[in-house]
Parts: sequence; structure tokens; C-alpha cells
Amino acid sequence: MASILRFRKLCYVEPLKFQSFEPQSFEKKEDSVTTTAKNELEIIKKKITKKQGKEWRCIDSCCWIIGYMCTTWWLLLFLFHNLPATLTGFRVPESPGLRLKREGLAALHPVVLVPGIVTGGLELWEGKPCAEDLFRKRLWGGSFTEVFKRPLCLLEHLSLHNETGLDPPGIRVRAVPGLVAADYFAPGYFVWAVLIENLAKIGYEGKNMYMAAYDWRLSFQNTEIRDQTLSRLKSQIELLYVTNGNKKVVVVPHSMGVVYFLHFLKWVETPPPMGGGGGPGWCDKHIKAIMNIGPAFLGVPKAVSNLFSAEAKDVASIRSMDPGILDSEFFRLQTLEHVMRVCRTWDSIASLLPKGGETIWGNLDWSPEEGHISDLPKQRYLQSSIGDQNTNESDVKRVLHVIEQANYGRIISFGKTASQLPSSQLPSVDSKELLRTTTDKDTEPSCGEIWTEYDEMSRDSIRKVAANKAYTARTALDLLRFVAPKTMQRFEAHFSHGVADNLDDPKYAHPKYWSNPLETKLPNAPEMEIYCLYGVGIPTERSYVYKLSPTDRCKSIPFRIDSSADGGKDSCLQGGVYMVDGDASVPVVSAGFMCAKGWRGRTRFNPAGSATYVREYRHKPPARLLEGRGLESGAHVDIMGNFALIEDVMRVAAGASGAEIGDRVYSDIFKMSERINLRL
Amino acid sequence: MPFLRRRRPPDPSRQHDASASSAAGGGSSLLSDDNKKERPRRKQNEPRTPRKKWSCVDTCCWFIGFICSMWWFLLFLYNAMPASIPQYVTEAITGPLPDPPGVKLAKEGLEVKHPVVFVPGIVTCGLELWEGKQCAEGLFRKRLWGGTFGEVYKRPLCWVEHMSLDNETGLDPPGIRVRPVSGLVAADYFAAGYFVWAVLIANLARIGYEEKTMYMAAYDWRLSFQNTEVRDQSLSRIKSNIELMVATTGGKKVVVIPHSMGVLYFLHFMKWVEAPAPMGGGGGPGWCAKHIKAVMNIGGPFLGVPKAVAGLFSVEARDIAVARGFAPGVLDKDVFGLQTLLHLMRMTRTWDSTMSMIPKGGDTIWGGLDWSPEGGYICVSKRPKNNRTQAAGQTGMGHSDITRGVNYGRLISFGKDLAELHSSNFERIEFRDAVKGNTPANHCDIWTEYQEIGIGGIKAVADYKVYTAGSVLDLLHFVAPKLMARGDAHFSYGIADNLDDAKYEHYKYWSNPLETRLPDAPDMEIYSMYGVGIPTERAYVYKQTTYPVCSIPFQIDTSAKGGIDGSCLQDGVFSVNGDETVPVLSAGFMCAKGWRGKTRFNPSGIRTYIREYDHAPPANLLEGRGTQSGAHVDIMGNFALIEDIIRVAAGATGEDLGGDRVHSDIFKWSERIDLQL
Repeated sequence: MASILRFRKLCYVEPLKFQSFEPQSFEKKEDSVTTTAKNELEIIKKKITKKQGKEWRCIDSCCWIIGYMCTTWWLLLFLFHNLPATLTGFRVPESPGLRLKREGLAALHPVVLVPGIVTGGLELWEGKPCAEDLFRKRLWGGSFTEVFKRPLCLLEHLSLHNETGLDPPGIRVRAVPGLVAADYFAPGYFVWAVLIENLAKIGYEGKNMYMAAYDWRLSFQNTEIRDQTLSRLKSQIELLYVTNGNKKVVVVPHSMGVVYFLHFLKWVETPPPMGGGGGPGWCDKHIKAIMNIGPAFLGVPKAVSNLFSAEAKDVASIRSMDPGILDSEFFRLQTLEHVMRVCRTWDSIASLLPKGGETIWGNLDWSPEEGHISDLPKQRYLQSSIGDQNTNESDVKRVLHVIEQANYGRIISFGKTASQLPSSQLPSVDSKELLRTTTDKDTEPSCGEIWTEYDEMSRDSIRKVAANKAYTARTALDLLRFVAPKTMQRFEAHFSHGVADNLDDPKYAHPKYWSNPLETKLPNAPEMEIYCLYGVGIPTERSYVYKLSPTDRCKSIPFRIDSSADGGKDSCLQGGVYMVDGDASVPVVSAGFMCAKGWRGRTRFNPAGSATYVREYRHKPPARLLEGRGLESGAHVDIMGNFALIEDVMRVAAGASGAEIGDRVYSDIFKMSERINLRL
Repeated sequence: MPFLRRRRPPDPSRQHDASASSAAGGGSSLLSDDNKKERPRRKQNEPRTPRKKWSCVDTCCWFIGFICSMWWFLLFLYNAMPASIPQYVTEAITGPLPDPPGVKLAKEGLEVKHPVVFVPGIVTCGLELWEGKQCAEGLFRKRLWGGTFGEVYKRPLCWVEHMSLDNETGLDPPGIRVRPVSGLVAADYFAAGYFVWAVLIANLARIGYEEKTMYMAAYDWRLSFQNTEVRDQSLSRIKSNIELMVATTGGKKVVVIPHSMGVLYFLHFMKWVEAPAPMGGGGGPGWCAKHIKAVMNIGGPFLGVPKAVAGLFSVEARDIAVARGFAPGVLDKDVFGLQTLLHLMRMTRTWDSTMSMIPKGGDTIWGGLDWSPEGGYICVSKRPKNNRTQAAGQTGMGHSDITRGVNYGRLISFGKDLAELHSSNFERIEFRDAVKGNTPANHCDIWTEYQEIGIGGIKAVADYKVYTAGSVLDLLHFVAPKLMARGDAHFSYGIADNLDDAKYEHYKYWSNPLETRLPDAPDMEIYSMYGVGIPTERAYVYKQTTYPVCSIPFQIDTSAKGGIDGSCLQDGVFSVNGDETVPVLSAGFMCAKGWRGKTRFNPSGIRTYIREYDHAPPANLLEGRGTQSGAHVDIMGNFALIEDIIRVAAGATGEDLGGDRVHSDIFKWSERIDLQL
């Protein structure tokens, strides 16, 4: 840049000097000079200005600058391409694929990858006129250029039908199939690509690797009804099993894919009209291991805030930085309202609502994560200096008294004080009462077209919602039922969020229970192994402080995260969000509990006693820019590039058993699990 | 910036001028003193200073900047333009376009019914890299074949190395894994903007097809058919996917649409799937009857193509021969040290699949020294558009005096005269036992089997003078024994005398329609859809080259021309009616005669239909590759063909389509072929 500036200076300084002379000549000329001189001067001036005008006009300078920058850019690009990679001074540590290949590992078990929510690409098969030329182009994933070109058209096509949760009439958007579906989410932003590349090093290729792409907007059972995705997955697994010499497959689901695959496990063994008809031994015969990456087994609190006000931490912090941007009707875009309208048509989001209610997520005064220290940078420092994970428990105890109790159990509380008061001082409005009062809603007719169900609520009931102050995982669902009755009704036809008392109850044969690990039994597959692989060491959203939004406008969301609620430097409360240990999206409890306790040994949820393993990866941010998204990251998506995780997956795929790999724990997951009082 | 400054009225300097004392600034001193002597000096100086800035570099920068800005501006305009404008412009010029068949049929009420399976042909399907040598660093899962072909230019030798297969096994060379791209993207576009299946897919989508009801059976087209199963389990994959689609659509049979070599591949599949397990797919005798409604072969080289011979013999086809005719030096010189043709030859010779398209059926089908089924065909390459239909009707008899000399049966002849002489007028020297000379070929960088034949062998080949479809096989065995040994293990080119012979259970016969029976599936329908009206390579005139040992010793003799306009001989190639790649005979014979009714090749009497599409070149540039094209690949965008396919996919039978649709003399020619049925 400096060189460019200097170059510009060189070129402009002198013409400037010269220019300054022209106006002066004007002045003088009028004063007192002979006519001849005047004439000659004028001639000179004309000549000069003519030449000047020709040579250095603004457009010319612009062109020059653009040309100069382009050339420099190309030159640099060219140099960069010709530069040997070693010259940059950055040595990439040897990839696990190469190392394990040298160790002699080779492809053994076929691998099935199950992508999570959002990361799978969607393409258009039939659309409205506004999307005329987008046939078989990606609407979701890829470069997202259409978002900027025609945002409303895109939103219309990504929405599902409000009532059925399937395609709206005249629109068909389908999942991209194949490995390309989720190898990169956007150009340069890998999801599965690194794992695929490393697996390829030891001999994996298209014939023994399969990406189970599905339309992540649909409810799980609907993917089968509309696209026969589950049948496809079953048939592909059987094919992989047969063509690879009767080797069982290793399934690697990520994020919501974990819950999706849980659904598949039940579906495939259920008899035909509702299930896949694989029979009771199917999973045992075809699946060696399920390596859940960043599993959202018990849901994520993020889903609540997303449905409640279409925000999460990121949105809240943007708002706190620049309060106007999201709310103003800039370009007549009500971003959040649009997002909410679209998100609420996606049934799959309901699969991520916290499951297990207060038993798992804590009540008004209690939560399994109690005593968690949120000062994560400090924690990380302590941990890395001590190295041994056992000693870090004593640290927790040491810091315990410093930090005031955060009531993680209150997933949504109105106002910071409400989130901290002991429960006895909270107004005791039962959320059940809320549901009963819904009858007296008076829709304001002035709002016209109804966008979100908030438009159907009166200000009164909105205030009533806020008056209740604090909601736990159980009552938060009631709250959602109150503010979005139709949406939740649709959701609850497909998903359930409770804890089963008696798993033999015939009602649990319904598909809506299949994706809830607390309401289903694992298949009878004693040799199947279940891994929970997830990152730790990143503050993760756990509960929210809300406030009423100031505007009374129509078509706006009446609640928002109170980003002014901040607990100070060492507190878990940051920008209206209480943080807990996790991988930036999924809290440790949700990711680890089933493997650490719920399924450990022979429990009622795991009658066959499938072995479970917890593998945690402590987050370490990339040391340098050149490392990109880090080789030791623990973040929800970036963990797919974590070398330690990739190595684990590869070892299992190459035939290693869980006993050789074992647990690897950094967080307090076992302690937290112990506090959870769940009958097993 | 400078522009702004220039306009600023300099107040302080004005005061300065009024005082007129210091005269430090150049301008003020000039005017206050009115010194005329200074003026000319200034005149010279001043223009010089700005001119100094306009150095060459600046001009270049300006120019680049200008072009970039224009480009961006145009790009912006293009992007901001509503998508309907190109269509609007086209319509303004050519009149309203016909509805694409998908839209038209959707209006008629057709809906998705039978799932559809596409089987791409040779070359059109993309290949990507899964494991490579050092030189291919960074190309993991990038397309080596198809797409932009950028790597061909960047690192040609590396590319050739990766695209080659092992010389002996016909499988991967050690350390290299190149695999077919899977999914519809494998062959929807061959290169950017060059559609293959995309138009058909788009039209099917209009009546409701989508990924779950369409399946692209991508396979590695370089391998022999059985090897695709051995290495990639491609056949098992197709079987499993067809079964899945039939199951998920409620038992509706699939409609299979193979193109080009995919036709042979699917023929192989149909035998494979019913054969018992170790060698076949173990689907049992009823599999095809249960799962397949129709096979709609597009441009199928059932009996091979003469092009394949020229390709194997000297890596040429008409295109290359024409290029050589234009610029004799380019392809032969070691430009940049690349012996292009030799490299190509070495690469393509490792591809077993090219041998699946060697003409099958020998002299019985393709004609002997003095006769051929197409005898009497008139080659008017530039037929006037308006009487095309008449011309198609009256081809033959009247013009026999012109075309008497065309001996299509002689696939390869050395010299134009020999191509036309009657067989009694020349003598041939047997080459098969000729001693191969021993040329020490150590100095050749690139190995082709020609180095092992030696000069004696090359001479013997040329001395035999004329080769028919039968003796061409011997010729190839002679000049490329190793290659053909590999090919013989996977393909066969004969005609079966007795189909019950146990040897025909071997997979090498499965892709030859003259050595296999169709499956027992009386409800199945077989369509042969192909373009006609384009001159297609049928026989070649060769010459010996006079180049050094390390090059290919034979070349198409581009100087051999027929003279008059009506001649079939152009640039050393005898042409016949076809779709530019596959002669009508190869594409149509099986459906016109070989399988028509209950024959020994078609014991269950599967109904066959011939659908020909007369070629009409695109009327103007805006039409792209035309909606009525009959060319081998462009026919995939032919509206009439697409309509036929959609109708069948939506449930129509061959009778509903109107049975046969014939423009060429295929039935007449078929009659001339004396094959026991």
C-alpha cells in the first residue's frame, strides 16, 4: 500500500504545481496587461488547459489507479502461486492422514457422513418466476450471491409451508446429494472437506464413503415421506456393507445429524408402514460405530432463543454495538422478522429444543453446571499449565466462592435481577396459566398481513409473558407454545422433549419420540460403539436475559436479549447471555451426558449395553493467521478440522475398537452428569 | 484528488499576486513582469513536465484499468439485467421460440411416473482425483476430466500420467486413484456451457422429476465394463439404486436412458445383473423384467464405430486429420517438446473401454472387400434444406453410377487407388506372419508398441493394402499385441454361431449384442434413438509416414479427395449417413433387424423401436447448439427426442409414440445383411 501511495505522489505532485498557475493568470489578465500579452496568454492558457484536460482527467486517474491496483494484485497473486509453500515460513504439521498411512492403516470399514443443520447445501428444482434462472443452482451453501441479489425471493424459496412443514406449492428445493453437499459450506469454509481428504489418504473414496445428505429443514420423518431419504440411507449402508466385503459401517454424524441418525436407528428397525422394515438385528449387523461429532443429543438453548426472538449471542452483540442496524426499516428490510418467519417454518429446529426438561437442564434454583467458572481464558491457562485434567477440579473448587451463583436453569429470564433472585422472591405465575389465557387475544387489524405469530398477540399478553420473570427448560416450552401456538403444534407432532417414565409404553413407538434419546431405547446392538466427540473450552450459550423490545410497531418481535446485562469481567453473564463450557454451540451437558451417564453401561435407555466413549477436544485458537481455522480448534464446526479428532475417526474407521481409544475428558462432564438425577 | 485541488480558487496566492513583489512562484513572476522572453521557455517546459508522467507504464496501467472498469461495468449491467432479456432478444430476432418440451408436456398434464436412470457415454462423464503423484498436489477431488480442463494446459504431462491406466492390468497405476464424479453433476455439463444431460434433466424436472427419481449411473469410462465392478462396484451400485428407486416409487419400473458407450455398458449390465453371484450381480432371471420398463438408447454404437479403429491405429479421427491438413506441421513437430499425438496414443491405449467400440460382427455386418450394406449411398454433404425429406426417400438407385466405387467394407486402405479398385485387381501380401523387425527403440521417450514392430512390420502392414472389419482386428493384434491381449480378455467382436454354447457365459461377450441374448423380459421395450443426416466416418485411406522411428508410422491421407461434390471421400475419410460419430448401421441394425420380433438374440420378443431424428443445424447463433440437432452429443438437446423420452417416462409405450420414425435407409441396409436370426 505504501508503495502505491508513493507512486501516486510522484505522479500528481508536479501537475498540481502547474495547475495552480492557471487561475492566477486569469486574475492578472483582467488587471492591467497589454492586449497582445492578453491574447498570447489566452492562447497559451488554452493550449495548456487543452492538453491538461486531455491528459489528466478524473476518469483517467481512476482508470490509472484501478489499472495499477489490478496489475499489482495480479503480480502478487502470480508470485504467491509460484512461491513454494515452504517459503512462507509456515510448516503445516503433517496431516493425520499421512501419518496414519505410514503407520500402515488402510481403509477397512465404510464411512457414512451425516451432516448437521445448516451445513448441507440446498438446490432449487422448481421455483417461482423470480428464481427463473436458478434451476439446480444452490440456494443455500456455496457463494450465497443470491442473498444479496434477491433476498426476498430467496427467503420465499427457503421457507416451507406454514402448516404442513413440506414444500409450499410451486416450489421444490432439494438437498444437494453426494460428498459435495457438505464438504464446503461456502468457498473456503470447510465442513467435511478436511476429514474427507484425510480419509482419502488411507484409501477411502466414493465407493466406501457416503454423505447422507438430507433436507435439514424438514422434520426427520418428513425427509422420508417427501424424499425417501431414510430409505436411501438404509439402501446405501446395505450396499456399502455388501460391496466392501461385509464390513460394518462407521457412521460419523455431526451436530443435528446426530439426532437425525438416532431417528434413523429406530426407523430402520421398525416395521414398514412407519419404519424401514430392517428388522431387529439390522443395526447390529450393519453398524460398527457411531462417532457423534458435536452431538446435540439433548438440544441446545440457542434453539429456544432462536424461536423466541430469532436471535442468539451473535445477533445480540451486533445489536449492542450498533443498536439501529437490525431494527431500522433500512431498505424496508426487517431482517430479524424475516429470519424468524422463515426459521419457524423449519420443523427441524424443534429437534434442537432442550430435551429432558428440568431434570436435565435444571430448575429455577438448580442446574447441573452449578459452580462452573466462566473465566475461560483463565481456565484455559490453568489447564494448559497444569496439564493434568484431574487437578483442574480443585481449581474449580478454589474459584467457586468468588463467583456468584449463576442460575443456569433459568433458560429465559426477564431482566438481570430476575435471573439472580432466589426463586422464592420471583412472582409465581404458573406458565400453565399463560396457556389458559390465550383465548382473549385481540388481533390488531392495522397490522395487515400476518408475518409471525407475534402479530396475533396483544400487547397485554406480551406483558404477561414478561411478568413471569423466569422460565426453565420445561416452562420455556410452555412459553413457546404460548407465543407461537401453531408453530409449536406443528413441531410437537414431530418431536418430543420429555423424559420417558416407562419406555415400554406403546406410545413410544411413534416416530416423534425417535430422535429424543431420553424417550427411546438404543437398538439391540451390543457390539455397536457410540462415541461422543466434542470440543470444550469455549463459552457457550446456556441461558438468556431478555427484555421487552421498546417498539410497539407491527410486525416486530416484542422480545429481545438484553445485551446490557453484563456480569462484569469474571462473570458468566456476557451481553445478556449466561455462558457455560461447550463448543460455542452445544453445551457440554447436551453433548456428553448420554455417553457419560445416560447410556453408560446397561441402562434402560441402552438395554443392550452398547459401549459408549466420551472424547473431548480442548479448544486452542489458531496460533497464527496462516493456520486458518486452527488444527486444534474445539468450535462446533471448526472441530471437523481438528487433527486429534480426525485421527480418532480414522483409527476407528481403520478397525480400532473403542477399548483401544477410551475416554478423554477435560470438562466436568462426569461430575455434572452425577448431579443429574435421572432414573436409569 | 488532484482534480479537486486543481479547481480550488487559490485565495492566498491571489493576494500574493497583487503584491507582486516576491515573484517566487513561476506563474506570478511571469505575469507581473510581463516578461516575454520567459514565455517561450515556459511553453517548452510546461508541456514537458506532464508528458514525463505519461510513461509507458502509466499508459499500460491506464489501459488495464480502463479495460477492467469496462469489464466490471458490463458485468454489473449483465448481472443487473433481468434474466428474461436474452430470451426477449432472441424472440425479437427469430420469432417466438417453441415451448421447451418439458413445459409443453407439463401443460398437457404429464407427470412424473417412472424413475429415470441415465447412463453416460465415454468421455462425457467427469473424473476426479482421489490420490495422485507429487505433481498433482492440490488437485484432490478436483476434476481432471470434464469441467474446465485447466490442468491440461498447466501441467500436461502430469495430467497424462494421471489419466492413464496401468498398461497391463487396465486398472489404477500404483499411487494414483482417479474416480468418476458421482451424481447428476457427473455428466450434466461436460465443460462449462457445453451441456450433455443438462437440457434433458431440466425438461424432466418440469414435469416433476427430481434427484430422488433421477439417477446418473456414473462410471469410470476408461475401464473395461467388468473392471468398473471389480474396482468400484459400479454395477452393484446401479443395481442397488435401481432397486431403491423402484421400491420408493411404489413398484414403478425404471426407464433407462443410456447414451453412446453407455448403451454397451447397460447391455453388459443387463447380462451381469441376472448372472449368478461370483461373476454377476445375482439378481436372478426375472430381474430386468421386474425392474426395467424401457431402455431408450441414444446414439448407441451397438456394433461399434469405425472411429475406434482409427483411434487405436493412429490416434486420429477426422478432426485430427483435418487439423493436420490445415497445418501439416503442428501436430507432428515437437512443439514445446510435446509429442502430442504420441502422448495421447499412449494414454488412450491404456483405456480398455475404447476397445468396446471396435466394429463388431466382422465382414457380415460391415461388408467385405467388394460389398457393404451401405453400398449405393449418396453423400451429398450439403443437401439443400428444403428437399431433405425427398432426398432421404430416394437415396440409392439413381446415383449408383457415381458411388459405385465406394467400398465401405474396406475400413482401412492404403492409398486412394486401392480404396477404389476392385479386389481382383490387386494382390495382397499376408502380413500376419511377417517378421517384426528389431529396432532398438531405446532413444524413444515415449513408448508405444509401434517401436516393437520395426520397419519390417510396418512395411508388411502397408503391403496388405486393404483391411475389412474382420482383418482390421488382425491388424490391431499385429501392431498392438499387448493392448489387444488386454482387450480380448474383456471384449469380443464376433458373431455367435450357437448362443447356447457355455463359453458365452463369460463376461467378455456381454457387451456384444451379437453374442448375447437379451434378458427374458417380454414387457420391456428397447428404443434406438439416433440422429441422421450428418456425414459420419466409415472408412479411412491411410498412408505411411516418413517420419523418424519414434513417431506413429501411419497417418490418414488427407490428400485423398473424391473430387466431385457428391463423393463420399473427404480428406481421406469415407463418410456415410449417421450422427457424425456412429454410422446409422451400428446404431440402428439391432433394433431394425437383429432384435426385431422373436430372434435368437431376443428370445423373449422384446419390442424394439427405431426413432431417427433428422439433423437440422441451428438456424442462428443464438440458438446455441440447436434444438433439432442430430449430432452425437448435441442430440441430447433435440426437442423431439426429449419429448419422446418424457412421454415414455410419464408412462407412454412405444406404440403411443407412433412406433418407428425413420429417415434413413436403415431397413434397406439391414435387409442386405445376411445374419442368421
